[in-house]
Amino acid sequence: MTAIPPTSQQQIDNSCRLPLFALFGGAAVWLALSSVFGVFASLTFHKPSMFADCAMLSYGRAFPAWANLLVYGFCLPAGLGVGLWLLARLGRVELAKPWLIVVGAKLWHAGVLVGLIGILAGQSTGFEWLEMPRPAAVILFLAFMLITVWAYVTYTRRTEASLYPSQWFVLAALLWFPWIFSTATLLLQILPVRGVVQASVAWWFAGNLLNVWLTLAGLASTFYVLPKLTGRPLQSYYLALFVFWTLILFGTWTGIPAAAALPAWMPTLSGAASVMMLIPALAVVAIVILTVRGSQTPCGGGPLCFTKFAVGSLMLATVLLAISACPQVSRVTDYTWFGHGQTVLRIYGFFTMTMFGAIYHIMPQLVGPGRVCPRWMRINFWLVMPGILLLALPLVFGGIAQGLKFIDATIPFVDVSKSTLMAFRISTLGEFFIAVGNLIFLFNLLAAMVGYYRSVGKTAFAEATALQPVGVKP
Amino acid sequence: MKSSALVFLAAFIALSASWGGFVLAPQLQLGRAAQVKTIPAQDNYPVARPGLAAQGAEVYRSLGCVYCHSQSVGQDGVKCEIVLTDAGTNAIATLAALGKFNAELGKPTTLALLPKAILQVADMNAADPILKAISSAGAKAQVLVSALGPDMARGWGRRRTVAQDYLYDLPVQPGSRRAGPDLANVGWRWPDANWQLRHLYAPAAEVQGSTMPAYRFLFELRPLGKPAAASALQLSGAFAPPAGFEIVPTDAARALAAYLVSLRADAPLFESPFTAPAAPAAATNSPVK
Repeated sequence: MTAIPPTSQQQIDNSCRLPLFALFGGAAVWLALSSVFGVFASLTFHKPSMFADCAMLSYGRAFPAWANLLVYGFCLPAGLGVGLWLLARLGRVELAKPWLIVVGAKLWHAGVLVGLIGILAGQSTGFEWLEMPRPAAVILFLAFMLITVWAYVTYTRRTEASLYPSQWFVLAALLWFPWIFSTATLLLQILPVRGVVQASVAWWFAGNLLNVWLTLAGLASTFYVLPKLTGRPLQSYYLALFVFWTLILFGTWTGIPAAAALPAWMPTLSGAASVMMLIPALAVVAIVILTVRGSQTPCGGGPLCFTKFAVGSLMLATVLLAISACPQVSRVTDYTWFGHGQTVLRIYGFFTMTMFGAIYHIMPQLVGPGRVCPRWMRINFWLVMPGILLLALPLVFGGIAQGLKFIDATIPFVDVSKSTLMAFRISTLGEFFIAVGNLIFLFNLLAAMVGYYRSVGKTAFAEATALQPVGVKP
Repeated sequence: MKSSALVFLAAFIALSASWGGFVLAPQLQLGRAAQVKTIPAQDNYPVARPGLAAQGAEVYRSLGCVYCHSQSVGQDGVKCEIVLTDAGTNAIATLAALGKFNAELGKPTTLALLPKAILQVADMNAADPILKAISSAGAKAQVLVSALGPDMARGWGRRRTVAQDYLYDLPVQPGSRRAGPDLANVGWRWPDANWQLRHLYAPAAEVQGSTMPAYRFLFELRPLGKPAAASALQLSGAFAPPAGFEIVPTDAARALAAYLVSLRADAPLFESPFTAPAAPAAATNSPVK
């Protein structure tokens, strides 16, 4: 093969623009819609019978709508978009077949729409984190594969041979999701396995999705964005390698709760793996501290702020995961809001914030300077950040209080339930902040894209109406 | 890592290991599980749900009940009690045999007011020599095994949930949160389908202080027919329909109530035995006396 001259950054950005617009734009819409469902779900705890005449908004449908739009609507396409960007930029190569990736992105969003309608119409599968009915699951799988194929082709065409840590994480994530999603869809929806094996498959899937896929995709972005923003090299390559190995080796075994009616070795092993997840999390914190230390870059509500907060959330979520894997603690926290608080911290606090940071870093390069409003970005940060804390922490502490009351069987269950209401009501405030923040994110992103298209349109119009034929652009 | 092959190999090894552990292994071990016999009755367990209840399971799934209700109870070990049922003809021999295990039991008061629990032991292995000694003395005794733990104390079940309980469920919904009580044995606690319907229509009417949302969309408010519909809910007070109207459950509501009534995972099995007599709690939410 003859040496290909490295593609210029401008060409790479041009090839990424449409696919990333499609992935990020749709993701932002789903994220905003998801948080609206989050608020609805939360309101049920203020007035239980608020949606007593509306099946679609009842808690049992609004909640999975929230969860699925968040994970499948936002997290996956946003993670894919950032991953594609990383593969193109780090490989110094244009994205392969951008238009097919756009098709894949549109197909993905169509799948999410089908899934959302299915859930609201009562066609949920009943498996947590995998509620989208079969047709939606098939569309999502095909869309993911379509994007993955061209991501991989992009990767093999790279002109920069040496690998950067972010690339390992993206590649592993590209392998991970089709595997777990196809296994879960096949064994739960198409050829369902018998009895409790379903529960085992569903827990395995959820653990791998939330604890491994999100972490892989999020860290790929973190390890790229941090050195870019601070102007310091990643500290260090070997620590990142250590994170990669420990994350996939331990993370993949998480997910099975202590109380599962499965052979005892399974929850035990899963609990041990959850505790071991502290190892990659601590290493990530070390990498971030060593990389950011001494940098003069101000945080100021920008991408760096988002990313730092995200890493803090990852650490906190992992500590909660590890603590609640200990039998003495899980006895109290199992079946309480504690677990939900941990998950919220992981998805919103870590992943969504990482993606916000990455998208706010990437978008200005795609739409041109000055089109992503930094002021709205800061407002976005200062709404979502406290929102996440207000949402997750009351759930965590409320969950502990709930669990302590629960194990005392002399306290009537109604009192146990009622004791969590205050915590839950505070968390509604958090949901509300997040929803407003997500809407601002959506408008900021859409405004930037519209601004870009208007300038393109203006240029084209000027060129078309120019008196003299336009030659080679300066 | 310098080569992409190594990245893929690492990911492949890690993921295939857990796939083998948490997908393949349980399938090999439990995927072909079949009905078993209960002990000691030797009934088949579990049995498929009757038609209406099977439809109700679909309603349960569709309404997302699982986000607030688990169907999985746990236990913290068991309590084994030796109950002396018959003192036999030779009271002295019986007391001598019992006295070897506990000096207090060697006194004649032990034999008064039978049957009664005389000893608590750690497990069946500890109970065996005592039972043997009692029967050699000509007396009769049995062991009562009951499950312990907060779920049991709340009357949510008589033993922990085991894999066998989920055998015919699709989807299996063990649940992850208890915003509401566990439902693994709700049909044992509340066997009346009409109670279930009234509770679905207006939870607070049946359980004071309930935080459960009402499912009014599962019911129809109809002008009172002549004669009144047999299935109309018997409601009173603030929850009663306006005069001249009645509340009639839809098919979905009746199916859901039938499903809830069918939820009982309380057959004594080899892997989760219990022998304590049934004494369902008066209400899910009442404290243990």
